[in-house]
Amino acid sequence: MANPLKCDLCSKPATVHLTQIVNNKVHKVDLCEACAQAKGVTDPSGFSLADLLLKASLNPEPATPAGVKCERCGCTQNDFKKHGRFGCPACYDTFRGVIEPMLENMHHGTAHAGKVPTRALERKSLYDRLTKLELDLTEAVKSERYEDAARTRDEINQVKQAVNQHGSR
Amino acid sequence: MTISSLIATPSELTDSSSSKTAIVLMTRIRLARNITGHSFPGWAKPAQREAVYQMCSAAVGATPQMKRSLSVAVADLSDLERQILVERHLISRELSGAKAGAGVVISREQAFSVMVNEEDHLRIQVLRSGFNLKKAWNAINELDSALEDRLDFAFSPTLGYLTACPTNVGTAMRASAMMHLPALVISNQMEKIVRAVNQLGMVVRGLFGEGSDASGSIFQISNQTTLGESEEDIIKRLGSVLQSIVEHELNARGKLIEADAGKLFDKIGRAFGILQNSHLLSSSEAMNLLSLIRLGVDLGAFPDANRAITDRLLIEAQPGHLQHAQKGEFDPAQRDILRAARLRSEFANFTRPDFTVHQPEKN
Repeated sequence: MANPLKCDLCSKPATVHLTQIVNNKVHKVDLCEACAQAKGVTDPSGFSLADLLLKASLNPEPATPAGVKCERCGCTQNDFKKHGRFGCPACYDTFRGVIEPMLENMHHGTAHAGKVPTRALERKSLYDRLTKLELDLTEAVKSERYEDAARTRDEINQVKQAVNQHGSR
Repeated sequence: MTISSLIATPSELTDSSSSKTAIVLMTRIRLARNITGHSFPGWAKPAQREAVYQMCSAAVGATPQMKRSLSVAVADLSDLERQILVERHLISRELSGAKAGAGVVISREQAFSVMVNEEDHLRIQVLRSGFNLKKAWNAINELDSALEDRLDFAFSPTLGYLTACPTNVGTAMRASAMMHLPALVISNQMEKIVRAVNQLGMVVRGLFGEGSDASGSIFQISNQTTLGESEEDIIKRLGSVLQSIVEHELNARGKLIEADAGKLFDKIGRAFGILQNSHLLSSSEAMNLLSLIRLGVDLGAFPDANRAITDRLLIEAQPGHLQHAQKGEFDPAQRDILRAARLRSEFANFTRPDFTVHQPEKN
């Protein structure tokens, strides 16, 4: 699966690659044909990359701390820019600041209004509860609070039963 | 089920001859889903990809919809088999070129297919012939819910289903219809339609998706955005766009007949002549000729039953299907000879076009 460069302004494959030197600094942009047309890149006399960079607040080397990196999968902001794809679901949290303005341009709205995997979320909350109860039980046993431990164990059994019912549906 | 028995069974797209499929050949919906806590396929290491592939294909195969389905890794398919699955819209071109640890599960009747480790962990797809968005949505919604019981999907309450590419986040749904729009093409109105459709937040693509051409005057129209609207709202909006395109196509047909019926009938008649008599046909020329025959069926020049034959030939004239039928691999020049021979023999039994009832069919 080849990953061609993505247009800096939308997510189509970039076919126009432009390098300009402004104030002794190298600036590079990758654009798709439509955006290149729209920004006047095809007409070199009328085009200033600096304008584009300024307007779209694009910087070839990110001014934000270059080291923003997803802890879960190691994907960096540059990786995302290069491939137009995230590394893992957790990247949406890591790159929240980058993605939010993009989503506004891309979509009809910025908040999900569709299907919710209710049963999966219920199952997750059961698992989370189970993990917490098991911790509680270890704690209770350690500190010799046996009444608490017995109660927690009963609760654990109840949750386990609920998990089983959930799975068999 | 094996790949060869699947290929031997006609696809969902070739089984209907009703006039309901006259302009909208096929409806398709796909949902992207990913497994929480796992890297997306394009970023995952080979071992991670393999683990996700095993987990997902087992879970998909265990759903009631996938009883006696075909589950196969891309690596275990020959080039020709991959091409046939692409031509049937059961896998994408991207998946057909995938590395190890990717595959597909296809339901017995070929209505459902679930690609594993394409751009997302799961690409769930349903195909329905004709204009059937609601039915397609109900069907895929059920399969998705069945999978939800077996897999932990990556989901955010604010952003919805999380996908490798942010253009799909939210519902992660792409609903599309494959439309046959010859009159809009002949009367040079497609560009106008594409622009209008884009403004309504929908996209027009060729037969095989992004970057493919529109030979045979067949186009795919789908929603562009996935976040901020419910699935039902997207489908409603797409449905009304499709409905208005159908009306434009019917109008264009009416106008063509009104303005210069002779010119239109000449095109259809010539297409018939070439299909009956040619000895060299490229796949794109064949598509264009078959498209005109299909228009002829809609206009009543051929019996209604011939629409299904035409639709089947639209698929069988494509390189993968053609080579499979001839049991071998051939270079493009040889294929053009074989294709022409195949179409000659099919059209030998066709009745000649009869334009006496040149009344456009009401949809």
